Amino acid sequence: MNFEFTEEQVMLRDSVARYVQDDYDWDTRVAIANSETGIDRAKWQTFAELGWLSIPFAEEYGGFGGDAVDVMVVMEELGKGLVLEPYLATVLLYGGLLQKGGNPEQQAAQIPPIIDGSTLGAFAYLERQSRYEIADVKTTATADGDNFVLKGEKVVVFNGANADQLIVSARTSGAQSDEQGISLFLIPADAAGVERVSYRMMDGQRVANVVLNDVTVPASNLVGTQDAGHELIAAVVQEANLALAAEAIGIMQQLNAKTLEYTKTREQFGVAIGSFQALQHRMVDTFMSFEQAKSLLYRAVCALTDDQEDEVQAIHALRVMVDKAGKHIFGEAIQLHGGMGITDELDIGHYAKRLMMINTTFGNRDYHQAKFNALRYN
Amino acid sequence: MDTAFAPEDIAFREEVCAFFDSAYDDDIDARLNNPDPAVFQPAIIEWQKRLFERGWIAPGWPKEYGGTGWDDTKAFIFETERASRGIRDVIPFGLKMVGPVIYTFGTDEQKERFLPPILNSDEWWCQGYSEPGAGSDLAALKTRAVRDGDEYVVTGAKIWTSYAQFADWIFCLVRTSTEGKKQAGISFLLIDMKSPGIKINPIVSIDAHHSLNEVEFNEVRVPVANRIGEENQGWTYAKALLAHERTAIAGVADSKRTLEMIKHYASQEVNGGKRLIDDALFQQRLSDIEIDLMALEFTDLRVLASVAAGGAPGAESSLLKIKGTEMQQAVQELLMEVAGYYQGVLPGGPEADVLGHEFGTRAFKSYMYGRAATIYGGSNEVQKNIIAKAVLGL
Ligand SMILES: Cc1cc2nc3c(=O)[nH]c(=O)nc-3n(C[C@H](O)[C@H](O)[C@H](O)COP(=O)(O)OP(=O)(O)OC[C@H]3O[C@@H](n4cnc5c(N)ncnc54)[C@H](O)[C@@H]3O)c2cc1C
Repeated sequence: MNFEFTEEQVMLRDSVARYVQDDYDWDTRVAIANSETGIDRAKWQTFAELGWLSIPFAEEYGGFGGDAVDVMVVMEELGKGLVLEPYLATVLLYGGLLQKGGNPEQQAAQIPPIIDGSTLGAFAYLERQSRYEIADVKTTATADGDNFVLKGEKVVVFNGANADQLIVSARTSGAQSDEQGISLFLIPADAAGVERVSYRMMDGQRVANVVLNDVTVPASNLVGTQDAGHELIAAVVQEANLALAAEAIGIMQQLNAKTLEYTKTREQFGVAIGSFQALQHRMVDTFMSFEQAKSLLYRAVCALTDDQEDEVQAIHALRVMVDKAGKHIFGEAIQLHGGMGITDELDIGHYAKRLMMINTTFGNRDYHQAKFNALRYN
Repeated sequence: MDTAFAPEDIAFREEVCAFFDSAYDDDIDARLNNPDPAVFQPAIIEWQKRLFERGWIAPGWPKEYGGTGWDDTKAFIFETERASRGIRDVIPFGLKMVGPVIYTFGTDEQKERFLPPILNSDEWWCQGYSEPGAGSDLAALKTRAVRDGDEYVVTGAKIWTSYAQFADWIFCLVRTSTEGKKQAGISFLLIDMKSPGIKINPIVSIDAHHSLNEVEFNEVRVPVANRIGEENQGWTYAKALLAHERTAIAGVADSKRTLEMIKHYASQEVNGGKRLIDDALFQQRLSDIEIDLMALEFTDLRVLASVAAGGAPGAESSLLKIKGTEMQQAVQELLMEVAGYYQGVLPGGPEADVLGHEFGTRAFKSYMYGRAATIYGGSNEVQKNIIAKAVLGL
């Protein structure tokens, strides 16, 4: 048994941690969040130079060939700085679909520009009616000679406004909620018939609703097997869930550390509020929530990298725990900061909002708990 | 034991309903719920004026000062009908806070000068208690008022002052003495917000709106005639005011109203072919809250009954505040869950038809701002300290 990181992973972690600390301080983050695009392309270029964008990709395309632990290490540190650049959307979702499902031509053409930072990607999978059900797809793709014609609307597309390339889920057969019959298509964001409406989410992300007005792409833009897109999505989302949980753990750690520090320095009634036993116990509880969540993160990452039988269960369990622990921790962080915790200026509320968004991404607690229950007890 | 209201109270309820049916329409509802202060502020004044014209603007006030003279039961019925229709409460600073202090402890001149424009909403008040160093420990406040002839010279800073940007007047606790117990050196002043030396610095809150402020006082001159009661006795008046609010502080009717919204939207949202309202886990969450609310509604009524029978509300109001705010936060959180991804859409985004969603931003605003309910008005931790001491004798 060994819960230590390899030397390489320690170096990777330290490199991200140092960058976040030195080059992504709070004022920088606020300025980026308030900028037109909500991300900093120059920073993204630095990520490329530092090799972070290459992590999950195969070595033959210039990738690092990393595994889930490597991704976890990066995400945890990015979480601590609430980094806004679209690592999840571009590298893990868009890139993940290509890495796992693209054919060699697609991979050779599309993966190097992700790694060198020149292409930003997005995965458009949600629809107005779909809530957390990824198989609920109404957007259609109809074969037309050597082409497919896509029609429909995708919503809340992460990095949707800034992306150069989109991968879109569309129905090629089957009924609205069937897992069978979903296919994935690579679509340049500037293709004729693509209409994007961008808006800001509470965590600073720029997302977009993407309307597809008879967008025509060659059949060679099909990513993965026709009608079998759901399986590919599930595999990529599985890893994204782990990555999001790692990001959440980084955030929780920050919230606990900042709150602890605050209660040691904020004085009322002539003493530090951290000296009140009522508050001490509360902070012990948030500390334990964090440790429990971190344990499930490690459990899930081990299950995934060792290809254990219960890996799917472990990931659902993890997402349930992250939701629970996250709400507990950010709730206490705000409460114990008093009026300060309610301000937009302080970072606490922003950490909370990112946790809240993470808890809706690929399913909330009930969604994952229902899946867990079904796997475990049915 | 029974829960029936007396026939006269039932008749009163009908009267209240008839008024709301005629005076409250969709237009005022939309404007009152608009998060943009530029829209909301004139709307609430307009609504308060309608209540004033009906004679119902000040349920808690004695008749001689322009109140309704209602007993607690009638006030409770009125509050419940208001909240269950989703009608915003009045802005409390004048009507529920400083007004009662003025008619209880003020001079005749002060009553004449200040009460009428509070009742008809011509003057907007804000509350200047908290300071950067004095929150839960309010008596530690440092803003000082130094006597200079028939004026005080006030210097210091207040923080978290809600709606100071709209205010004509601010009521402040200030330090007039540093001798003896810190509670014993505090005075209660009414200060004109147009006085030279006042500066307002806006604070944006986590719901992405501006209601909070820091208010700086730099040698602001305030007539001694604007002091309430005796010098150094301000703490006593402020405490009396805290005990004043005793009906509907739990906000049960508001929470029930949000719960109805949750049920409405949850029967429209579909996940994997199943309506959210039919989902077993969701029902569990809903009923957990609903059962707690059913209990709280009766706790509220029990306190009401004991007050109506002449008891003092005392520390029970702490119980109602703690449980009430916990329930408010629980329903706000559940509404967020119903909104799914759309809970994260910031105000100012696309219109609902383009966005594809109706209530996410509203859920966001009420949830985020709702985090403050367990902090202001005496944090829930402080309320628990009160119950531990005053009720449990610990
Ligand atoms: C949205 C909002 C609106 C407000 N509007 C106004 C207004 O209009 N006018 C005004 O004067 N003020 C206003 N306030 C201020 C409010 O009353 C204070 O925030 C509140 O009194 C808490 O003080 P604080 O923020 O300094 O927190 P602190 O007192 O520093 O408390 C920090 C944390 O420590 C806990 N704590 C403190 N003491 C103890 C103890 N003895 N035991 C256990 N726990 C303890 C608190 O519960 C809290 O969780 C507003 C606040 C908010 C958030």
